[in-house]
Amino acid sequence: MTQVWLKRLGFYALVTVIILQAVFPFYYAILTSLEDGQALFEVNYLPAALNLVNYKSMLANGVFGKQILNSVFVATVVVIISLALAVTAAYALSRIQFRGRGLLLLTILSVSMFPQIAVLSGLFEVIRWMGLFNSLWALVFSYMIFTLPFTVWVLTTFMRNLPVEIEEAAIMDGASSLTIIRRVFLPLMWPAMVTTGLLAFIHAWNEFLFALTFMSTDGQRTVPVAIALISGRSEFEIPWGNIMAASVTVTLPLVALVLIFQRKIVSGLTAGAVKG
Amino acid sequence: MATIDLINVSKSFGAVDVLHNINLALRQGEFVVFVGPSGCGKSTLLRMIAGLEDITSGELRIADEPMNDVLPAKRGISMVFQSYALYPHMSVFENMAFGLEQAKLSKADIIDRVNKAAEMLQLTPLLQRKPKQLSGGQRQRVAIGRAITRDPRVFLFDEPLSNLDAALRVDTRLEIKTLHDRLPDTTMVYVTHDQVEAMTLADRIVVLNDGRVEQVGTPMELYENPASQFVAGFIGSPKMNFLTGAVAESHGATCFGIRPEHIEISGDAGDWQGKVILSEELGSDTFVYVDVPTIGRVNVRVAGRHDVNAGASVFLTPQSDSAHYFDANGLPVASLVQS
Repeated sequence: MTQVWLKRLGFYALVTVIILQAVFPFYYAILTSLEDGQALFEVNYLPAALNLVNYKSMLANGVFGKQILNSVFVATVVVIISLALAVTAAYALSRIQFRGRGLLLLTILSVSMFPQIAVLSGLFEVIRWMGLFNSLWALVFSYMIFTLPFTVWVLTTFMRNLPVEIEEAAIMDGASSLTIIRRVFLPLMWPAMVTTGLLAFIHAWNEFLFALTFMSTDGQRTVPVAIALISGRSEFEIPWGNIMAASVTVTLPLVALVLIFQRKIVSGLTAGAVKG
Repeated sequence: MATIDLINVSKSFGAVDVLHNINLALRQGEFVVFVGPSGCGKSTLLRMIAGLEDITSGELRIADEPMNDVLPAKRGISMVFQSYALYPHMSVFENMAFGLEQAKLSKADIIDRVNKAAEMLQLTPLLQRKPKQLSGGQRQRVAIGRAITRDPRVFLFDEPLSNLDAALRVDTRLEIKTLHDRLPDTTMVYVTHDQVEAMTLADRIVVLNDGRVEQVGTPMELYENPASQFVAGFIGSPKMNFLTGAVAESHGATCFGIRPEHIEISGDAGDWQGKVILSEELGSDTFVYVDVPTIGRVNVRVAGRHDVNAGASVFLTPQSDSAHYFDANGLPVASLVQS
């Protein structure tokens, strides 16, 4: 009897640890962002004040709004282009027999295994040569190096699990390849596309190294870099309040997206297991 | 006039030859069943007629026009798949209308055709449902409905009943038969591994084995005059008894074949004496398995009930005019073929 009770206790203790570990930093960031002045440096675990002054000062600072828009633009464009390319590539890689298909898939996968830093200097030259330095398109281009292999792989696996007969039925019905993708595959692949699209979005939204290297002016920076470069009035002051307010502001869109699409994400992640 | 002619058709997947020189001429409005064990190439042959598989060599003609390089949708063919292959995200109506939309028919025309097909298959109340809200039998009817709306010259079925339970299978078999009666000009080709389906549905059966045509004929021709030992064993249930040894050699053959229903069983006199191993009573029939020394195990089918215990001694008498004799190559011994 006591053993069952102990087991249950252990289980909930573990769950509590996991939740604390995952949520506490963000919770503490919210707390800090709502405090001002000296209150910042007093340790408290419950909201002591509700002071929006940090948010006001962040948003009043003209560049931060522009930087959020930069991030939105880059992440959105990356997701759209990645998905469009990945769906068509996945169709070819999962359905059409051609020489070197396995090799091509492995190559695509191996690209995503390079550490970012390894390609950084080479990529810098490429971007300079293309004249994209300090342009948001440099980020769109470089992020796709990492989002495409991932989206192609996930969508290829997903498409392989769709019964071939559905496609053959569409062929018998006289549908062209593009119509099959648009009218038959896309509606069936929504869950997988939402999942991979969201992960690509998060990757592009959080990316730091390329964003730091390829952008040189404040107005072109994306939020992770912008936050890291927030500085106080003097060398010795770190404006924790502003940093936390900015962090919370840029996290909210991601939380909102995940909440909106959570049902799709779950069905996307389990999609391979249950046939449609 | 949708005749289908296969002239010297072969199919290879890489180095593997799947079908060897198939020659078949299917008449318009005929219901032809391709039957054979799994792996015999029957589905591949059907898919080649549909255009889903390339023809490696040989010619396919539908209504006397060469079809080797014609797109599947332009062949005037509809196909019903084993797994139904309905579009899961579309309603029944949209499923049935999809092909017509691709053919650029007018809206009114599409609605008209779908409604007609739905009525024919009693699908009208289900038109707005999604496939996952339907039972297996209903899904099968939608798949057939989708095929009908396109008004095809040729109807192809790829094992359409194998995902249904036994009771529903019989009902759907009847529906397919009725469908064929209602569309007398439509040529239907049906693939199955189930010889009962083949016997009940077909005008003519094509028995395939290992990529070759073993025999083409009406169900009764195959039953009465099998062209090979393979066909004799494949058609008929329970399977024909194949006996080797003295029984066959006395007739100059290597194998003596007799169907279980062509053996008389008696308690006191007969040609062979043996011991009952097991008897299965089905009500309408009784299957008796008898071990006959020097001959082997013989299956006997007795109409109605037949009370006999395991271990009992019985006498068997084969009806000699229903016997079949095969040589070492599995071919009928010519001099002994029944007329």
